[in-house]
Amino acid sequence: MAGLSFDLIALQLFTGLALGAIYVLFAIGLSLIFGMLTVVNFAHGAFYMVGAYVGLFLLSMGSNFWLCIVAVPLIVGSVGMMVERFLVRPLYGRGVDYPLLLTFGLSYIMVELVRIAFGTSGYPFETPELLQGAVDIGVGYFPLYRLFVIGAAVVVLLGLWLFLERTSFGLIIRAGARDPQIVRVLGVDVSRVWLVVFGIGTAIAGLAGLLAAPLQGVIPEMGATILAEAFVVTVVGGMGSIGGAVIAGLLVGVVVSMTSLFAPEMAKVSIFALMAIVLLIRPQGFFGRAGLMS
Amino acid sequence: MTRTTKLISRRKLLATASAGAVLAASPFRINLAQAQEATIKVGFPVPLTGPYGTEAQDQVRAAEVAIAEFNEGGGLNGRKAELLVRDDKLNPGEAATRTLELIEKEKVSFIVGSLSAAVQLAVNNVTKERGIIFNSISQSDTINEVADFSKYTFHEALNPHMTAGAVGRYAFPKFGKKVAFLTADYAYGHEMVRGFQEAGKAFGVETLVDIRHPLGTTDFSTLLPRIQALKPDILCISNFGRDQQIALKQATDFGMKKSMKIVAPIVLYTGRVAAGAQAFEGVIGGTSYYWGIEDKIASAKAFNDRFRKLHGGKVPSDYGALGYGGVKTLLMGAKAAGSLDPDKVIAAVEALKYDYYKGPQYYRKCDHQSVQSVLIIESKVTPQKGDADVFNVIETEAPNETNLRTCQALGHKA
Repeated sequence: MAGLSFDLIALQLFTGLALGAIYVLFAIGLSLIFGMLTVVNFAHGAFYMVGAYVGLFLLSMGSNFWLCIVAVPLIVGSVGMMVERFLVRPLYGRGVDYPLLLTFGLSYIMVELVRIAFGTSGYPFETPELLQGAVDIGVGYFPLYRLFVIGAAVVVLLGLWLFLERTSFGLIIRAGARDPQIVRVLGVDVSRVWLVVFGIGTAIAGLAGLLAAPLQGVIPEMGATILAEAFVVTVVGGMGSIGGAVIAGLLVGVVVSMTSLFAPEMAKVSIFALMAIVLLIRPQGFFGRAGLMS
Repeated sequence: MTRTTKLISRRKLLATASAGAVLAASPFRINLAQAQEATIKVGFPVPLTGPYGTEAQDQVRAAEVAIAEFNEGGGLNGRKAELLVRDDKLNPGEAATRTLELIEKEKVSFIVGSLSAAVQLAVNNVTKERGIIFNSISQSDTINEVADFSKYTFHEALNPHMTAGAVGRYAFPKFGKKVAFLTADYAYGHEMVRGFQEAGKAFGVETLVDIRHPLGTTDFSTLLPRIQALKPDILCISNFGRDQQIALKQATDFGMKKSMKIVAPIVLYTGRVAAGAQAFEGVIGGTSYYWGIEDKIASAKAFNDRFRKLHGGKVPSDYGALGYGGVKTLLMGAKAAGSLDPDKVIAAVEALKYDYYKGPQYYRKCDHQSVQSVLIIESKVTPQKGDADVFNVIETEAPNETNLRTCQALGHKA
């Protein structure tokens, strides 16, 4: 192939990793909620979309992007906690399909509400001024904003890891995921733990939506496409494994990127081909525990 | 006794007769008669829901303007027109079903509408079979070709060959001959690329790469490094709607506008409004209509004013204006023919030389393609005349049959 240089391949690889960072950011919330609560959250895409719209609304009220980065996860996380408290909680202990159907319906309602409030045609979302333009990363020019998104993903992951591994609340969460009954016997209010986990998961989804908005603009249906891709990431990484979501997210990004270089029209299909191959070789995904769904 | 009875009966007879005469002259009876002679129904299948919903709603608004004008002008010998809107959901099957329903159940005289190459061909198949006149208001090259065309088919919209050709003829001499394409992988995208390449032959244009992406792509970042590495003079983005908005936004982020000129065969008014100035800055594209030409063209001013009056001060979009043109030409054809007989209306529409909203137009006889101007527009960085002031018209390619594919090339005999 003409024009195939080392720089191009390196840049393509980097582009894939950057794309993967976005997948990771979206998929870890999904994975967290599934891993801890065994809830397959089909409304995750809707929370992502709501994050973008909350950001849009705050900006129109005179807020700036940096304030949004703090406010959006708090607001979307609060909505998520209400959803857990009043809608998801009554369904615990009834198997995966009940919360799955609930969140599926919920996502439709959320999208419809946003359509009523903001219209169907979508809005522009300008890249924050400080992060506009591209910088030379050695092998070529790369948008500053995408570098920022990679940084944000790393910060979120680091924060989540510290919270789960280094705080006593994180210890309770991990224990609660393993054996809720014993934790309850020890006097811990497990329902409060699940409330917080659901809140954190949806807060990350909201943040991901806000960060994606300057990349692609804002429409009510923006959560739908990425949800399908995020499920591929969680399945490849292993349902419920956060580490798996990180590795698989980056891998999916790179696979899409490299396919795009040689056969762009196959890029979308390559995601699902990857999933099929992984499932054939390792049905529970990279780091998945077998039997979690049953 | 007998005399009086006779007298009374004669009086009765007179009274009844005069009452009848009064009734015959009263407006009440005229209404009755008119009710029997039904309205002229125009079926309007458009994708009200789905990704092109915004465009479709604007098409309906503009079509309503055409209907209102026709009715105010006395209709066809007093017969008023009526618009029957149906949602085709941007789905060829759905569109065919709705069209059939409009023809069989509602007994429409005309079908105008559809907004996608595949959908309009599905509608055209139905209208062709049933002998109902169809005026398409969406771009397609094949609808003019012999295989899809019938005498009942009209095409008010531009077609990809005309649009891409006009943009190419403007851009190639100014910005360079090395061209890269980023193309939506379906009929529309392929036809646009072909249009650019045909126009490019005259300028010795070289295609460096044609990258095809699936419809509904939300991240183009992985496609852009290769285009950058090839260092084209011009990047042609041949996709539509939201794909185009995202592609332009991300190309801007990658700093591609610094090293190459970005052009698009169609730049939409609604797309520019939805994606904002940043993404579209410096992008050059083609369009069939922009409301801003009202400064120079009287019919545009008249159309915009009527639209604004009927729709709370809004201005019509490009595809919206096609809804107006599509309905108006058929109704004026019917008026000129003085009949709804398809053959007479077809002959009348073929003979029209019209200027309804954008300057002079006419339908070429062999393929019923509306020969019309193509506007070359550039996105404004800062609007001066309100939020709707988004484009500069930088050139107008006058209506010219030589910019169309020839009748022979389309497979027509004439």
